[in-house]
Amino acid sequence: MTKALLTGNEAIARGAYEYGVSVASAYPGTPSTEILENIAKYREIRAQWSPNEKVALEVAVGASIAGARTLCAMKHVGVNVAADPLFTYTYTGVNGGLVLVSADDPGMHSSQNEQDNRNYARFAKIGLLEPSDSQEAKEMVGHALEISERFDTPVMLRTTTRISHSKSLVELKDPQERTLREYKKDARKYVAVPANAKVRTHIKHQLLEELKEFSETTELNRVEWGDKKIGVVTSGIAYQYVKEALPHASILKLGFTNPLPLKRIAAFAEQVEQLWVVEELDPVMEEQIRAAGITVHGGKDQLTRIGEYSPSLIRQAVLGATTTTKQPASAPIRPPVLCPGCPHRGVFYALRNNLKVVTGDIGCYTLGAMPPLDSLDTTICMGASIPAALGMEKARPDQAQNIVAVIGDSTFLHSGITGLIDMVYNKGTSTVMILDNRITAMTGHQHHAGTGQTLQGEPASEVDLVALCHAIGVKRVRVVDPGDLAALDQAIKEETAVREPSVIIARRPCALIVKQTEPRLRVNHDKCVGCRMCMRIGCPAISFADKKSSIDPALCVGCKLCQQVCKFGAIVPEEGQ
Amino acid sequence: MKTVSILLVGVGGQGTILASKILSDVALRQGYDVKMTEIHGMAQRGGSVVTQVRMGEKVHSPLIEPGQADYIVAFEQLEALRWLHFLSDEGTMIVNTQRINPMTVITGAAEYPADALEQIKANAPRVVELNALEIAKQLGNMRVVNVVLLGAMAKQMDIPKEDWLASLEATVPPRFLELNRQAFQAGYEA
Ligand SMILES: Cc1ncc(C[n+]2csc(CCOP(=O)(O)OP(=O)(O)O)c2C)c(N)n1
Repeated sequence: MTKALLTGNEAIARGAYEYGVSVASAYPGTPSTEILENIAKYREIRAQWSPNEKVALEVAVGASIAGARTLCAMKHVGVNVAADPLFTYTYTGVNGGLVLVSADDPGMHSSQNEQDNRNYARFAKIGLLEPSDSQEAKEMVGHALEISERFDTPVMLRTTTRISHSKSLVELKDPQERTLREYKKDARKYVAVPANAKVRTHIKHQLLEELKEFSETTELNRVEWGDKKIGVVTSGIAYQYVKEALPHASILKLGFTNPLPLKRIAAFAEQVEQLWVVEELDPVMEEQIRAAGITVHGGKDQLTRIGEYSPSLIRQAVLGATTTTKQPASAPIRPPVLCPGCPHRGVFYALRNNLKVVTGDIGCYTLGAMPPLDSLDTTICMGASIPAALGMEKARPDQAQNIVAVIGDSTFLHSGITGLIDMVYNKGTSTVMILDNRITAMTGHQHHAGTGQTLQGEPASEVDLVALCHAIGVKRVRVVDPGDLAALDQAIKEETAVREPSVIIARRPCALIVKQTEPRLRVNHDKCVGCRMCMRIGCPAISFADKKSSIDPALCVGCKLCQQVCKFGAIVPEEGQ
Repeated sequence: MKTVSILLVGVGGQGTILASKILSDVALRQGYDVKMTEIHGMAQRGGSVVTQVRMGEKVHSPLIEPGQADYIVAFEQLEALRWLHFLSDEGTMIVNTQRINPMTVITGAAEYPADALEQIKANAPRVVELNALEIAKQLGNMRVVNVVLLGAMAKQMDIPKEDWLASLEATVPPRFLELNRQAFQAGYEA
């Protein structure tokens, strides 16, 4: 038997391979991204990046109706985008099994919120599986697909960052046969009009009752008896923390958590002196357990709703044990920064010089909010930059010429287009900058519909952003090189001055996807007067000591932005390269 | 066997991820259960990065908590200082004396603690310091800093050297293998 050390994401991809998935779709988002990147390596599976999560899920729905086992993956906030098809696909039911992977991010390691998507499973009334390590992550793909087909429902597999990005040992097995279920037209099932949905809702709720019974009997939920003083109901990564913190406690380990096996929980509670519910984030299980009249000794009254758990946090809450009091030394923080040569840097430098109100979006360019660039006013969610600019203009029409929306190329295709349509339709006059670095950089350089390549490496057509903006009705569309500060400055001045909507496409590939060909730069210390102008672009390659700037040759990629801001000609190419 | 907890801390781009791969491969060769967790969303953006590796008969939690690390391999001084309180009372700190200024220091918002190394020595039970960047430069490739540090760590651990070399071979592309062997050896002897 082969074993491999896999991340949760790699294990889910392996599960898709072993358990007969034929179609997989996703939009990238940490911590879910590597699921599709790894599935893409299996040539037996047709894997794709969709422009956003709603589209990804709808593709998965189509594949499922056509009879394929299907997996669709996204980060937690992606499910907000995909919620519309999700909620109705629970009425129609599936043909081939459909598993929706939601990768949540307690602690917000790389997210704008820490919503608990187990709530979605309850809300949509679908089955929910929560792996506690990579082995379970793999196997639960198989369970999810079976449950999906048996109970005619999409199923959610919910991970958290510590599952997605932790490695543990996984047994590898041969893949089962990849077959399609027969497709028969069945409009009364798949055409969700009121007349049909009114019938389906009864079927759905009947199946949900059956799923409840399944939850009571499945081996995905199991008791590990220990000392009966303390009994813990737990799931996901919290299970591992409980094992570590309370090695002698009795544990009801739940792998299948919606619907909850309330009878089993009640029986377990009878056997133990103190019942604890240990779950990260929301009291999803606890509230249901309490509502069922089961006495809970400790839950969210003792354990936080915020952030990640740890063994010591649990030990402290349950046993009152104090943990080590080692205090961190004071050390200046090391925030992530725009890379040397990043094309976004010039854009924010120019915007700051023009003192614009900047509605931002999500991507590497959100780092433009950090000092010294410090030039974003808002960031809410993907696609919000353009509508937020329009809203600001509606609230303060006199400010229209001072508002700029910035949005990345991947984000524009994800959910920026409709915002731009709104701006044109509702007579906004602000300026939109599309920061077209030719890739989805933030999440690790995924291709998208504008880059000319698919997830599985085939050449593809590219969305023509200029033509698209024209088609939407923007008359003023111009492309500038964000490596050219003067051109950027001029474009911003001209486009914000006009009383009509305009789009500036700042186009230059991400510095990490192009080979460096430009000579590195150095500071001529005879000419450097120590004015610190070059420090204002926030380049990690430039430092300042003894009243002079210096450039670290190991970091410089020769983008020449610093050269353009230096008024003394002190920054020159390094000789002899 | 007691579970051994190792933290690898550094700055995005320093190669902590490859180091952790080799380390966990070595652990598997010992027949240990291994868990490894990594927050790498910002790895390429020059932020702080940390990898946690735990090995033993049966490992439940992938997390290492303050006061629990048996070893910390710090790829940079300031990161060593930042994670110092994670070291256990018998723990060993292996620290690369290289300094990389964070943006907060570059912009003048904060100062790089001049006495970082002194603070570390005053508070860590055992410290192994080496200038891995200098060693890597002498070998002709600054990118092998990570393997130099692994060599230094291997010296401290109770695992046969051949196993380390086997893992190196299994993880590093063949054309870089000789260079990496040298880097490992140089770290081992440092
Ligand atoms: C709904 C949703 N899906 C996914 C993400 C994760 N995510 C954040 S930014 C981003 C895309 C960034 O690409 P782009 O707009 O091209 O900007 P870049 O990082 O290349 O500068 C993604 C996928 C998210 N935050 N929200």
